Amino acid sequence: MKRSLRRAKEFALERLLFLSGTASVVFVVLIFVFLLREGAAVFGHVSLGHFLGAKFWYPISSPAKLGILPLILGSLLVTAGALAIAVPLGIAAAFYIAEVAPKRLRTVLKSCVEILSAIPSVVLGFLGITLLVPFLKNFLGLPTGLTAFSGSLMLAFMAMPTIITISEDAINAVPREYKEGAVALGATHWQTLVRVVIHGAFPGIIAAAMLGIGRVIGETMAVMMVTGNAAVIPRTIFEPVRTLTATIAAEMGEAAQGTPHYHALFAVGIVLFLISFAINLTADLFLNRGKKR
Amino acid sequence: MNRKTGDMFANSPELGTCPRVLRPTNPPEFGDGEKVKIRAENLNLWYGDFQALIDVTMAVREKSITALIGSSGCGKSTLLRCLNRMNDLIDDVRIEGSVRVDGRDIYASAGDLPALRKKVGMVFQRPNPFPLSIYENVAFGPRVHHQAKGGELDGLVEESLRAVDLWDVLKDRLRENALKLSLEQKQRLCIARLAAVKSEVVLMDEPCSALDPYATMKIEDLMRLLKAKFTIVIVTHNMQQAARVSDETGFMLLGELVEFGATTDIFTRPRDKRTEDYITGRFG
Ligand SMILES: Nc1ncnc2c1ncn2[C@@H]1O[C@H](COP(=O)(O)OP(=O)(O)OP(=O)(O)O)[C@@H](O)[C@H]1O
Ligand SMILES: [Mg+2]
Repeated sequence: MKRSLRRAKEFALERLLFLSGTASVVFVVLIFVFLLREGAAVFGHVSLGHFLGAKFWYPISSPAKLGILPLILGSLLVTAGALAIAVPLGIAAAFYIAEVAPKRLRTVLKSCVEILSAIPSVVLGFLGITLLVPFLKNFLGLPTGLTAFSGSLMLAFMAMPTIITISEDAINAVPREYKEGAVALGATHWQTLVRVVIHGAFPGIIAAAMLGIGRVIGETMAVMMVTGNAAVIPRTIFEPVRTLTATIAAEMGEAAQGTPHYHALFAVGIVLFLISFAINLTADLFLNRGKKR
Repeated sequence: MNRKTGDMFANSPELGTCPRVLRPTNPPEFGDGEKVKIRAENLNLWYGDFQALIDVTMAVREKSITALIGSSGCGKSTLLRCLNRMNDLIDDVRIEGSVRVDGRDIYASAGDLPALRKKVGMVFQRPNPFPLSIYENVAFGPRVHHQAKGGELDGLVEESLRAVDLWDVLKDRLRENALKLSLEQKQRLCIARLAAVKSEVVLMDEPCSALDPYATMKIEDLMRLLKAKFTIVIVTHNMQQAARVSDETGFMLLGELVEFGATTDIFTRPRDKRTEDYITGRFG
């Protein structure tokens, strides 16, 4: 009697764990199916080539022009700019924290990085709009401070904690024996870093950069606030742009359900999903490669 | 500060940190034409509050093999690491006394650490080749010291691998990752790295403890060969090994160098009761 009760309990518990475990898979599939169903309908109005390659995004003119090339380029420009800033700075900071900083400073810096990652993006965006945008406008003499570059700076801020934390882990994971071996051969601290530590930490550092991109490519709020949201193909990084994410966030409320515009926004979502997925997959590959060695 | 072992002495007052009655009988005076390569005098070392070396004095003869024996935690590695200032890497270490290499006190000033460590190289317990190619491992030292490049470097790599008897086996595999080698080959490669920077002293901290008996024998053969060119100091747990390869032996206990002298003397007629107890296997 007692035993059968226990068995039933165990059975229930097992099922529960199984459900929780599979829930994430189910959600991913459901979301993707939903996105696909709603998004694919746009291709009744435009071809895939036109959707991805046309230069104009006028979703509410008639007939609607649904080319997302400016949005893709906007996203790429802002993200690339963010990476150009955050990757070198983040990696340098990770090396400083892991290998150079004295113990006490190290703890302080690590907490600062954690706090940085805890700032809500809308708050960063707010600071961006009130401080950064006017500053860039005056400092660089631009017609407007709402530019792709402002977005890049915001995103760089958000990517840095991820890049720093993961690179630092990778640097710390380089076996002590390698460093000792180098030092015992008379290599200076600097030579040890450059010739042995970077080498050992390399896959982890690449993964850190990839996860940094992953962290920011889907970012919406701060970017929407500082990039000016003009859906035109930018010629330089100091012009307003509009990103994929900002487009969805700004227009979803207005697009009437079932219109080409509505479906197009879902298709934009699919594009974003695929980009993020590819980036995370690559990061995973590098992380695993790092672990295997 | 935890002592790894040696706890069995912890409560014994006569073996604590009280002043020694018996002074070690060193440094030994060597015969004519025999040069002292390293001389440590009144060396004391503290990890925080814990004194790991107590008034150690010893002399290492050039182109000989000196063995350090003693039970676990007695400070053998610590003493060894004093000789090329590897203890500098550890926080909270305090060192008093002097270590002279070729007559120059290496602790006297900040000194040129890279040059010291190039001259006094180290081989670790676990072979630690870099995760680079075999060639790059040997070339690492010459590169960081700007000693050679191009064809000259190729020559140096060959010469160094020949010195440890690896050239004939590995000459067609120089581009392979060194981590693929066997443990014994890795350890040889680590010695070749030192040969490449023309180290004069090789410090070995239990270099065979990760190896099987056959590989151990081969490394011991290598050490006898290397003696022609290098001064070797080896820490070992294996007393037979010390007896087999070394010319001088030092016995350490709880941070002190209890006895230091010719290996044959230490193993056949030790002066100190504690040395005798240790080598006859009464403890340790
Ligand atoms: N970094 C450190 N900080 C504090 N104490 C240490 C440190 N390294 C070693 N010790 C202590 O110093 C003493 C001597 O250590 P050491 O490693 O020199 O001994 P050993 O003779 O080499 O021992 P083993 O045979 O186990 O290698 C030990 O009691 C050890 O616990
Ligand atoms: Mg040791």
